[in-house]
Amino acid sequence: MIAGTPLLLGTVGEVICERSGILNLGVEGVMSVGAVVAFIVTYTTGNPWLGLLAAIAAGMLISMLHAFASVTLQANQVVSGLALTMIGLGLSGMLGKPYVGKPLAVKMNDVAIPYLSDIPVVGPIFFNQTPFFYMAILLAFAAWFFLERTSLGIKVRSTGENPRATETQGVNVTLVRYMSVMIGGGFSAMAGAHLSTSYSKSWIEGMTAGRGWIVIALTIFALWNPGRAIWGAFLFGGIFVLQYLLQPLGISPNFLAMLPYLATLVILLAVSLKDSKKLNAPAMLGEPYKRGER
Amino acid sequence: MLRIKVSDRATTTGLRSFMTNIASLVAGLCAIGLIFVACGVNPFYAISKIFMGSFGSMYGFKETVTKAIPLIIIGGGLTLAFRSRFWNIGAEGQLLMGAIFSTWVGLAWGPNLPSWAIVPLMFAAGFLGGALWGLIPAILKIRFSINEVISTLMLNYICAEFMTLLIVGPWKGRSRFGFPGTDNLPESAILGVISGSRIHYVTLILALVFAVILAVVVYKTRFGYEVRVIGENPDAGRYAGINFFKTSLIVMAVSGGMAGIAGVGEVAGIHHYLTYPASISSGYGFTAIIVAWLAKLNPLYAVVSGLFFAGILVGGDAIQISLGLPAATVQIVNGTLLVFLIMGDFFFKNKITIRWGK
Repeated sequence: MIAGTPLLLGTVGEVICERSGILNLGVEGVMSVGAVVAFIVTYTTGNPWLGLLAAIAAGMLISMLHAFASVTLQANQVVSGLALTMIGLGLSGMLGKPYVGKPLAVKMNDVAIPYLSDIPVVGPIFFNQTPFFYMAILLAFAAWFFLERTSLGIKVRSTGENPRATETQGVNVTLVRYMSVMIGGGFSAMAGAHLSTSYSKSWIEGMTAGRGWIVIALTIFALWNPGRAIWGAFLFGGIFVLQYLLQPLGISPNFLAMLPYLATLVILLAVSLKDSKKLNAPAMLGEPYKRGER
Repeated sequence: MLRIKVSDRATTTGLRSFMTNIASLVAGLCAIGLIFVACGVNPFYAISKIFMGSFGSMYGFKETVTKAIPLIIIGGGLTLAFRSRFWNIGAEGQLLMGAIFSTWVGLAWGPNLPSWAIVPLMFAAGFLGGALWGLIPAILKIRFSINEVISTLMLNYICAEFMTLLIVGPWKGRSRFGFPGTDNLPESAILGVISGSRIHYVTLILALVFAVILAVVVYKTRFGYEVRVIGENPDAGRYAGINFFKTSLIVMAVSGGMAGIAGVGEVAGIHHYLTYPASISSGYGFTAIIVAWLAKLNPLYAVVSGLFFAGILVGGDAIQISLGLPAATVQIVNGTLLVFLIMGDFFFKNKITIRWGK
């Protein structure tokens, strides 16, 4: 459950972003920045909630770089996303260097929901969790509601499907895409904050360990639906936990470390074999939109 | 009111392309300077230190050339892949696979074969290893429409873990006294270096030869034409009857194979045994992406841009030591330069006119 939380947060963010037609491959970098900013702010102020807010702000700010490149400059989104990852990983390594190996005095405390957490077996698993867990679930539902049931959500989706028609309806495509990318960045940064202030309570360089990339795969697995993202993320969380469970059995730790990445490929293969015809990807995903061009 | 108008540039010239790249790099360096300021480091000192460290001394320059070898080879291979719009982010894993294959050949047959036989065999094995690892995402993409960015990245992680598994497990050398790593390659399997440097010239020559061959293939052959059509206008390619599957397979075999060759160079030319993946390649596969992009996907220009980014790697090491900056600094420098190159492309393709009034 805990291992799946950052994956869920990241995936929900990326779903929103990709629904608007922008492919953001910078998740790994943004997550990393979120993790380091949350850690530093929590470390200095002693308040993990301030850390979380700062991380979200930082994530949105740095994602603007991708929005600027891919929306305003109509640049290649693959390259721009990679650049964001490099900058994010580099920046977090630089900012976080003085904090490597320092333990966090406070952390995001687990919250037990009264009564529900007393239910045997299920209670401790679902109702005595880090606040990030509840937020992730709530935000996933909120994102689903937003995309499917609100007029603003329809604007985001139609921007990803047919920006030209959307613009004739009086929607500001540029603004919608900027906002979607930044919201996605905020989610990714939250995922990073979870890693450094709740999951491990410390900062080391490269602690995101490819989770940002798994998020992008999960977005496809979820068929761009935040609801499906929930069980996809926790399935993967399970695989991360499996590593620790299988280690005492004498299986090589290096082989176990491969599992999440192998599973990503297997799951993508399964998705493609099952619904290759109705993958349902936003039609204009990755395509820059140029006004006045036909 | 200030009006900004963006319109397509009707004509572009090679000179303009070159000047745009230079301007982008200069602007990028200015931005990096600002980052240094924010970190409390004198930007002029830091940036001049980077270039003095890499190009300013004989020792630095030799190191720069050494590090340029893998960048030029991988970057060259990537220009081909990127031209066909195959986003191969997995050069890192392909490099490692090449290193694994060639180490196996070197350790198994090296002791019984003379240098002139074992070295070509190792390069062939390295090419094969990288090519096979590169073919997996190609098949996954064309047959199962799996996004190649994700598959190549996942294969990077898988390969790095696989390599670690080998060096701590079955391949652990008896001469390592329990430490991870294979035994040293036999003398005959080790590449010669230019004396007083670490420049393994065989790989360097291969890098330059490959760059020329690739340039000829891309610009002068039917295959190169098909690759360019697939990348620039896939629909037209489909109508013209280009076999996407076959072309992608060849592209990725070459791109992966070249990364594999770079891996051979690192093992047989620098380390002489298989060690941790992070030591065999310090992110060459990723830096090569920018090398290819700066080269405007031209394999010949990749020689120059490879040298440039090798300089940044070496200079980055120099400022880490003298200014106490973390290793991640180089990544910021690379990422920032890439962003500015993208911006440069925008100004290259579009004409911006700014004027007052309505």
